[in-house]
Amino acid sequence: MSATATLGVERVPLARREWFVRTLQLGVILFFIAAWEGLGRAGLLDPFYYSRPSLFAPRIAEWFAPGSTAGDIWLDIRVTMTETVLGFLIGTLLGLIVGYAFARNRLLGLAFDPLLSMFNAIPRLVLAPVFILAFGIDLASKVALGVTLVFFIVFFATFAAVRDVDQTLVDNVRILGARRRDVTFEVLLPAAFSAIVASLRTSAGFAFAGAVVAEYIGSNAGLGRRIATAEAFFDSTGVFGGIVLIALLALLLDSLLQFVEGRSSRWKPRRER
Amino acid sequence: MPPSIALRGVSKVYRPPKKPPYLAIDRVDLEVDEGRFVSVVGPSGCGKSTILSLVAGLIPATIGTITIRDDPVRAVRTDVGFLFQRDALLPWRTVRENVSLALRFCGLGRREIADRVDPWLVRVGLAPFADNFPHELSGGMRKRTQLAQSLVVDPSVLLMDEPFSALDVQTRNLMENDLLELWGASGKTVLFITHDLEEAIALSDELVVMTAGPGRIKARYPVRLPRPRNVSEVRFAPGFASLYERAWSDLRDEVLRSYERSLRSAS
Repeated sequence: MSATATLGVERVPLARREWFVRTLQLGVILFFIAAWEGLGRAGLLDPFYYSRPSLFAPRIAEWFAPGSTAGDIWLDIRVTMTETVLGFLIGTLLGLIVGYAFARNRLLGLAFDPLLSMFNAIPRLVLAPVFILAFGIDLASKVALGVTLVFFIVFFATFAAVRDVDQTLVDNVRILGARRRDVTFEVLLPAAFSAIVASLRTSAGFAFAGAVVAEYIGSNAGLGRRIATAEAFFDSTGVFGGIVLIALLALLLDSLLQFVEGRSSRWKPRRER
Repeated sequence: MPPSIALRGVSKVYRPPKKPPYLAIDRVDLEVDEGRFVSVVGPSGCGKSTILSLVAGLIPATIGTITIRDDPVRAVRTDVGFLFQRDALLPWRTVRENVSLALRFCGLGRREIADRVDPWLVRVGLAPFADNFPHELSGGMRKRTQLAQSLVVDPSVLLMDEPFSALDVQTRNLMENDLLELWGASGKTVLFITHDLEEAIALSDELVVMTAGPGRIKARYPVRLPRPRNVSEVRFAPGFASLYERAWSDLRDEVLRSYERSLRSAS
């Protein structure tokens, strides 16, 4: 082996080859599905409890077929998505307003700090029954649960971003002639938006989860309802059908938000995105 | 004609939360005449940056008066240009938008803003990067953007707080020469803070040496080197070395004292 050989063509590590990684990822998924199917057929994984891909895949297809006996799937998706979007928007808006106010007003922040910490310590999902009693089984209770989940994420992100904003930026724009309003709109709010965008995928995910869980506990439409109904009939295939559908929707939502995040972070250095 | 900048008997006490208050600068008297380039040198922690923040009105003096052209400084001054040591550009704004800020704040229309910003982008060599974001630029380019951002409203006073200390030596020399060129015919007063004696002499008409904190003015030296200067050559000019030696003998004691103090507070 000569020195020139070792200096020759540098090998690209497998982890850097995109096609290889993609194939590997697809392989892992296919293996998982095949194992589930195989264990089910071999009787090692009781299909009564765990269903099987070859059972729930046709079920999902049936839901989307026109005139399905299981109710309108598009209605369920629309209901869940409406709840998610409303919970996300209202929670974000409230979190932004309160986070901004607390960061700008020290006394206000100190006064409310213990109460907010207490609320944040409550596992939010136990509030679902409370909201269903208070707001009924329709849209409002689902949105309310989503709001309590999203609010705290956005609140903490905004609060930290506004409080820790680089004083040099503020001083600089003030010397350049910025009034209070200009400081807010040119420095503080952009800093807050940047933090909100960074937590966008987390908070939207929570809004989605909140909607589904609240539907599961008490509602008359939505994907969570669909799962609860299937469960009531000991129909594990229906349950898994619903879960897989939810997972696919969550994936879709996440890639959409990833796109939004990328578009609105053009000004950030790559490592901070 | 009144002095461009005047500090009379100015002291500043800082009261950090949960720490004892401390005196940053102590009875500083300093007058800077219109159009002069004055540098302030001193060891770290001597309150040099405090002087600039006071002149710009970012913080109030504890006692003493500060005036710009006989006008007392009571609030943030928008008639000065300020170059910060740290990056002060808005990261979410492009180069052009950053340079436009001051004009937008005073309510100019798009056309007028473009008419005044474009020549500045050309002058600091950033026209091809007008639509880039700050993180896409080199340190020197970001400094140029900041310079254009401050100068676009044509302030009579330019306050500079160790503006080039984060740059590598070559870029720094280029920036210093560019600064001298921009300043040359402008008639602006410059108050320049640095810990680098060589930089201070190379750029200035006058050198002010400060004591270790609490900062007082220890000595002032006129710099009688011919202009226009090239900062990388002026250090070989006659008179540079002797001035450097005299100022350094003043500064050295203060640097040592500041260093000893930092050792003591660390232990």
